[in-house]
Formats: sequence, structure tokens, C-alpha cells
Amino acid sequence: MRNYLIGAGLAVLVAGMADAAMAQSEIKIGEINSYSLLPAFTEPYRKGWQLAVEEINASGGINGKKLVVISKDDNGKPADAQTAANELVSSENVAMLAGTFLSNIGLAVSDFANQKKVFFLAAEPLTDAITWSKGNRYTFRLRPSNYMQAAMLVEAAAKLPAKRWATIAPNYEYGQSAVAVFKKLMSEKRPDIVWVDEQWPPQGKIDAGPVVQAVAAANPEAILNVTFGADLVKLVREGNTRGLFKDRAVVSFLTGEPEYLDPLKDETPEGWIVTGYPWYAINTPEHDKFLKAYQAKFKDYPRLGSIVGYQTIKSAAAILTKANSTDPEKLIAATEDLSVPSPFGEITFRKIDHQSTLGAYVGKTALKDGKGVMVESSYKKGSDYLPSDAEIEKLRPKD
Amino acid sequence: MAFYVVQFLTGLASAASLFLVASGLSIIFGVTRIVNFAHGAFYMLGAYLAFTLTERLEGALGFWGGIVAAALVVAVVGVLVEMVLLRRIYHSPELFQLLATFGLTLMVQDIVVLIWGPSDLLGRRAPGFKGAVDFFGQSVPSYDLFLIVLGPVVLGVLWLLFQRTRWGILVRAATQDRDMVAALGVNQKWLFTSVFAVGVFLAALGGALQIPRDAVHHAMDLRIIVEVFVVVVIGGLGSIIGAFVAAVLVSELNAFGILIFPKISIILVFLVMAVVLIVRPWGLFGKPEAPARRTPGLTVNPWRPWTSNERLAAVAALIVAAGLPFFGGNYALTVGSEIAIFVIFAVSLHFLMSVGGLASFGHAAYFGLGAYGVAFLAKLAGLPMIACLLLGPLLGLVGAAVFGFFAVQLSGVYFAMLTLAFAQIVWSIAFQWVAVTGGDNGILGVWPEKWAASPSHFYWLSLGIAALAVLILRIIVFSPFGFALRATRDSPLRSEAIGINGKRIQWTAFVIAGTVAGLAGALFAYLKGSVFPDNMGISLSVDALVMVLLGGVETVFGGVVGAIVYKALNIWLVSQTDWSKLVLGAFIVLIVVAFPKGIVGTLESILNRRRKSSSSNSPLLTSRIETAE
Repeated sequence: MRNYLIGAGLAVLVAGMADAAMAQSEIKIGEINSYSLLPAFTEPYRKGWQLAVEEINASGGINGKKLVVISKDDNGKPADAQTAANELVSSENVAMLAGTFLSNIGLAVSDFANQKKVFFLAAEPLTDAITWSKGNRYTFRLRPSNYMQAAMLVEAAAKLPAKRWATIAPNYEYGQSAVAVFKKLMSEKRPDIVWVDEQWPPQGKIDAGPVVQAVAAANPEAILNVTFGADLVKLVREGNTRGLFKDRAVVSFLTGEPEYLDPLKDETPEGWIVTGYPWYAINTPEHDKFLKAYQAKFKDYPRLGSIVGYQTIKSAAAILTKANSTDPEKLIAATEDLSVPSPFGEITFRKIDHQSTLGAYVGKTALKDGKGVMVESSYKKGSDYLPSDAEIEKLRPKD
Repeated sequence: MAFYVVQFLTGLASAASLFLVASGLSIIFGVTRIVNFAHGAFYMLGAYLAFTLTERLEGALGFWGGIVAAALVVAVVGVLVEMVLLRRIYHSPELFQLLATFGLTLMVQDIVVLIWGPSDLLGRRAPGFKGAVDFFGQSVPSYDLFLIVLGPVVLGVLWLLFQRTRWGILVRAATQDRDMVAALGVNQKWLFTSVFAVGVFLAALGGALQIPRDAVHHAMDLRIIVEVFVVVVIGGLGSIIGAFVAAVLVSELNAFGILIFPKISIILVFLVMAVVLIVRPWGLFGKPEAPARRTPGLTVNPWRPWTSNERLAAVAALIVAAGLPFFGGNYALTVGSEIAIFVIFAVSLHFLMSVGGLASFGHAAYFGLGAYGVAFLAKLAGLPMIACLLLGPLLGLVGAAVFGFFAVQLSGVYFAMLTLAFAQIVWSIAFQWVAVTGGDNGILGVWPEKWAASPSHFYWLSLGIAALAVLILRIIVFSPFGFALRATRDSPLRSEAIGINGKRIQWTAFVIAGTVAGLAGALFAYLKGSVFPDNMGISLSVDALVMVLLGGVETVFGGVVGAIVYKALNIWLVSQTDWSKLVLGAFIVLIVVAFPKGIVGTLESILNRRRKSSSSNSPLLTSRIETAE
């Protein structure tokens, strides 16, 4: 037993020395995401950040140091995400944390970062709380929030003549806050609107027939949909069969993202106003460069997850390069008001609420060669869809 | 009016798909007494295989042929599983088979992603049933009509099978009294295998028939399995007609419920189950189970308190564990704290299961209540940490006292399912009551105070409390109360005859277990600094169950070992591999085969046998124990 202990002690020591030697020449980022729970989103996401790491190291790394991303699965549970975050910070000595998909996991890691004074770049979680009501100085977020996406959709939805609206949203925080923000912004622009029905199927367990039937019975002129993934597929199939979407406008969160649009194949409903990522219809030099590199490396087309993964690590690298340090305070100082290029054009991490100005594409769904696509899409800059600074001051607690 | 008729028909269509899967589960449970957790996995496999086959095969014949072929192939897989795995463990302690099927479920979840990829798949629409039928201005999908007809047809076929064939008679006989069927010389092996095959076929068929209306994806199994259990229990275990009625009841209540309370779906089935079980403890069509016929005291190696050597060994182990901060880093210490907390949680359930004979499927409720108790006290009342740790678990106590009162009126699987229903009700309150609990975004910022904040201090705190919890529960096991509890477990009739108030004893045990679980939850809240509805979710309840079964139900000490092995392995695998579920599932299956009484249980029997053969002073007792085994 004693020999074993000494041996183990030596092993730890040697490993520690090796680590110290390596640490001179590399910088580590700790990345956490729901790889096993949500592979449809996180597999393209992983490919995205792998491409970014390759590009960064090919062009000299972070001020001459090699960038290494250590990636952990969180099982879709906040508690497991914290275990992973702890491992990354305590044993791997990463310079910063990044990633997460689900809002509650993003919040859990953000709270961990605040407590342990670690820099955290949230990639995907959409909840407004992460930058506003529960925001903290250590956390930044890349993707356009719930509020921003709602504001983009409202802009298009308010032009519709429809006055009677119904909503269908998954029954958890994301769905609830998406509906709440949409309703609020919509009613501000169009006081004449009435909300005639709301349906709250449990996330992942929609019983689509009765839901479609119930919405149809309220006879709305337009529908707001927030469901996604398998729920969306069931809803669309039932809705198509029962004619729910016929002669009704539909506004839908996230549906234009290839992750959710592609599975609908030839049943894609036409004319829905959606946020998404029409990778086939973006003609900017930044995006072309990304698309070519991605397709060359993976022989596959990118999903929105690929963009998020790619841009998360690209932004992280820009932050580390500018700070030229792994001290969290310096990282925060470097990130505030930092502008970085992205496949969607330049984005800025705002000082006031730590939200990036990455935007989203808004367009309409259409069918082309038996596949769902987004048409008439245009890029909406994130900076145009955020509330005024005064409002944010009220929403966000002081550091 | 037309609308209500159509809504009713829609409900019937949902009921039909639910019934197919539920009937299979009901048959399997009725005959083999296996709580087949993998039923959802077979359902999912059916859907995936049917997707592949219907994409490859052309035309209407290809579609329907593909559906049936998929179900048949999965049934063959089911037969293999039964013959290779389950046959080895029919004689293991009750519910041990649940562990094996849980391991399988984990494996299948990763396997389908490996084979079919991560994206959601959209299957073909059924040829001939693509459109909708107009009913007074309302559309009814023709595929729904097909399902509405199919449900009763399957029910009828099963009824004929059970009432008119020799096989059916045997199955019914075995459902009622399988020992008697065995005594009459029926080959149980093949009866069990065939029943399992039929049950799996129905599950896979249910899955395959979903492809025209659902997306095929890797989380289908968990989506259906709990709901199906609930339907089977509402209907009464082993009753096919019960399953049908329950499926219709649940689906119709949902279809009409959402018109009035759109948020009701999330909790409806559990509410219905709780009400049904409180009013009719054996489900709508179930019959009371005959009292167990086993001879008490012989199936288990008699428990005894530790000898002084064993006491020394336990203290030594504790001292070694307490030395971790001197050579482990911060991460090792945090993992150590987490394992210590799960030891507390597992021993609390172990106490209820092995000493009380009450297997709870919803033990996480009290863990979560303890965690929320702490979060409320710390965030809203601003109490200091010590006060929170002492008072927080009281919420677990209150919950256990209220729910336990109803739950202990039942026994066996009905008890288990009622605890599950209560846990889901508590979970949905935490999930829905956003203003108070923060919904699924939880309550953040519940961090320990300075004196306990460093990883080593928190580790010592958790370890100390864990040691204390184990010690106290051990003392209770060997106290008069513990003996009374064991008497109630082993023979309700005899213990009642000598004047033990069984229900009150069990209720007290339930409250003790709930409070200790609440303590674990309270510590967990401080370890993670936050509380989420996850802390009372089904998967945590299942984790606890797995820990106890892994350690060995029929032991005094199994929960501790099970918690350490399972939690450490889980954390390590998730960190090391992308296919952690596959590896963990395979590992659980291996353990089930290698240690058919759980790790501690099997080791104890080996030790006992050795001790017996070396001393061999009591041939009579040895032989009696062996016959019992």
C-alpha cells in the first residue's frame, strides 16, 4: 500500500512537472457542451470549433503559444456541467471556460465562473437572464438572445395584417420567455392584436394532434411557434395533415436553422417567418471563406452550430491574444468593447451587458427540390435589436 | 360539437400508440415480474429499424412489410437479451433485473447515434394514409383513423391469444401464480422467453408505427418509458384490458385537459396515477397480489452488527478517506465531496429498500426538497450556512411525511410507482412555479460560507456527515425499531399478529429515509452553489436505485459501495469518453452478470460460504441456507 502511495505521489509530481513545461508553450480553453444529450446540434458545433482551433494554430496560435481546447460533456445536467467546469479549472488549469447549450446549464456555469472568478464565454444559451437579470462580470455571451431574436421576428410580424394570434411553445423557461418577450414587443407595436390561445406542450413530449386541434379551434389568423427539434417535426406533420397552417401566417423561432429545418424534408411548410441560417444563400467574403474551409475539412455543410462553435473559439482566441495574459480581470478588460471578425461580419462584445452583437438571419421558409430552405433572407445585426442602455442598466445588477 | 368529436378521436389515436407499447410491458411484467426498463429502448430500436427498412423498400408493401419486419427483428434481439442476460438473473433479488435493463437502455442510446447519426430522422408517410378525412369541417388524419382501429384489433388478438390458446392459458396462470405453474411441470424458461418476445414485438411495433407521425431520434425511449409504466400501473399490472382503458383515459384527459389548462400535459399522467392508486391500490383492473410465499430469514444471510475487527476496518477506511486532502488536488476533493453526498443519498434509499422492503422510484424528491429548502433559507431568509444545513432537510422530512403516509398504504411496484408520481408532482411544481423556484433556470448563488468554502474543508464536512449518516442508519437497523421494520418486511401477517403496527413503522422509516436524503440534497446545493429541478428528476431517482442495486439490496452496507463505484465511474467516464453511456451501460450489464446479488451481496455470499466450509460446524443451517438459495 505504502509503495503504491509513493508511486502515485511520484506519478502526480512527474505529471505536474510535465504540465508545467507544456504550459509554457500552450494555452488551454475548457469547453463544455451537451454532446450526448443534443448531438444534432453539438456535433456540427464541435466541428466548428475544431476548424477554428486548426486555423488559429496554423497562423501562429495565441501570441506564439499553441491553443488547446479541452472539451467535456455535461450530460445535459447543470450539476454535471459544474463538475466538468471544476475539473477544467482545478486540474486542467484552463485559461477560460466556454460553450454550453441549454439555458439552465449556461446559468449554472456562469454562476460557477462568478464564484470561482473564472472567465466564461457562453456560446449558445439563449436566456436573457444570463446577461441581464443574472448577469455577472465574468460571463459573456455570443449568440443573439431570446429578446434579440424576438425583436427581429416582431419587426417582420408586425407588418402582417393578422390580428388574432395564438402561441405554441415548449413548457419551460426558454419557451415561456420567448412567448413573453414576443407578446410584449408585438403588443407595443400593434395594440390592436388579441391573443386568442396558447398551448404549452412539455418539451420533447408534444402530443401534437390535440395541440393542433386546440389551436385550430381558437381560429387564429397567425401563430407564433417556439417548438423545435422532434416536437417541431410532429407539430408540422399534424398541422399539415389537419390544414392548420393553410391561410395562416406563422412566425417561428429558430426554425430556419438547418438543424431543425432539414429534418422536415419535403414536409417543410412554406412561408413561415423564421430566424435561421441559410448557409447556401449568404454571399459575403467572410462567409465564403468559412464555408470553403468547413466543407474542405469535413465534406459536409455547416449548421448553425458550426458557426457558433467556430465563432466561440475564434472570439476566445482574439480575447486571449489581446489580453496577452490568462488573468481573468485582464481577460474581462480585453473583451469589453472588443470587435472581432466573424462569418456574419464584425461583431462586438458590449461593455454594458457582455452580450455580443452577433445577429441572425430572418427570412421565409420554402420548399426547393424536396428540401426546406430559407428564402428572402436578410441578416439582422444584433446591435439593432437590443433595448436602450438605460433599460439595460435597470435589468442588469451592478457588479 | 364536431370539434369535440374530433378531439376525442385524436385522443383515441394517441391512446392506440400508447397502448401497443404498454400492453407489451404489462405482459412481460405480469409473467416474469421484470420491471423492463429497456422497453423504451426496444420501442426506439423498432422506430429506427423501420425507418431504415421503409426508406430502402419501395411501395406500400415495402412500407408495411418494413414495419412488421422491423418489429420482428427487434423481437429476435429481445429473445437474445432474455436468453443471454435475463435468464441468469431471474433468481436475483427483486428489481435487480431493472439494473440489467437500465444498463441496456444506456447502451442503446449511444448505439443508435453511432449507427444512425445524431440528426432527427423523418420517416415516410404511410401509403394510403397520407391525407385527412373531412368531418363536418374538421380534418381527421386518416392515419389516426387507422391507429384508432388498430388499437382495439391488437387488444382483440391478444385477448384471443390469452383466452383461446394453451400458451395463453399458461401465461395467465403464470401471471397469477408462477410458482404453482412451475410446480406443475411447465417449462418456465421457454414460457418466459416467448412472453418476452411477444412483449418486445409489441414495443417495437409501437415504435415502428410512429414513423409516419413522429421524428425518429435518440431520446425517444425516455420520452415513452415513464408514461408507459404509468399507463400499465393505472390499468393494473398484467391486465391487458386495464392497459387499454388506462391509455384511453390518459390520452383523452390530455386531449381535453389542454383546452382548459394548456400547461397540464407535463403532469397529467402522474396526477391521474396518484389519484387512481390512492383510491384503488392495485390499479383499475389489477388484483391484489397474493402474500409472498418465501420463507422469511432464509433468503438473506442473517444480518449481524460489526465485529470489533470490522469496526476497526471501517474506522481505518474512514481515516484513509479523510486523508485525501493531503495528496488530492481540488478537483479530486470536489469529486470526493460529491461521492460522499451520494453515499448519504444512496444509504437513505438503501435503508428504505433493504431494511424496509420498500423500493422507492421517486427518492430524488426528498433529495431535491432538501436542496430547495437550503436554497430558500439561504437566498430568501438569508440564514447562515449551519442553520440552513440543519433546517433545509426538514423540507425533505415534511415531504416524506405527507407523501409517505399515502405511499406506505401500498406495496411492491404500486408503492414504487406512487412514489414516482409524487416525485414528478414535486418536480413539476419546482419546474412550473417560476416566480418562487426560478423554474428550470433554478436558484443560483447558494455557495458555502468562508469556513467551508475551500474544497478540503467542504470535503471533510461532507465526509463527516456521510460517516455520521451511515452510522446512525446502522444503529437504527440493529435497534428494536429496525427489527420491527425487518419483521414487517419479511412477513406482514406474522408481524401484525404479534402486535407490530406495520404501516406506522414503515411510515416512520419513510420519513427517516426522506430526511436523510434531504440532508444529502442540502449538502449538494452547497457543493454546486445552485439548485435546479433536475435535483428531483427521474434520472436522479434512477441513479439512486442503480447505486443501491449495484451494491446489493440484501446487505446492510451495499448502498455505500454502490454509490462510490457508480458515481466515481460515472464522473470518470463522462470526463474520459464521448461514449460514456455505452461504456457505463456495458459495465453495468457485466456487473449484473458477474455479481448477481450486487457487489457487496455476492462478495458476502462467497465469504460466508468459505467461512462455512472451513468451520462446517453447523451442517443443518448450511444446508437450509443453500436450499433457500
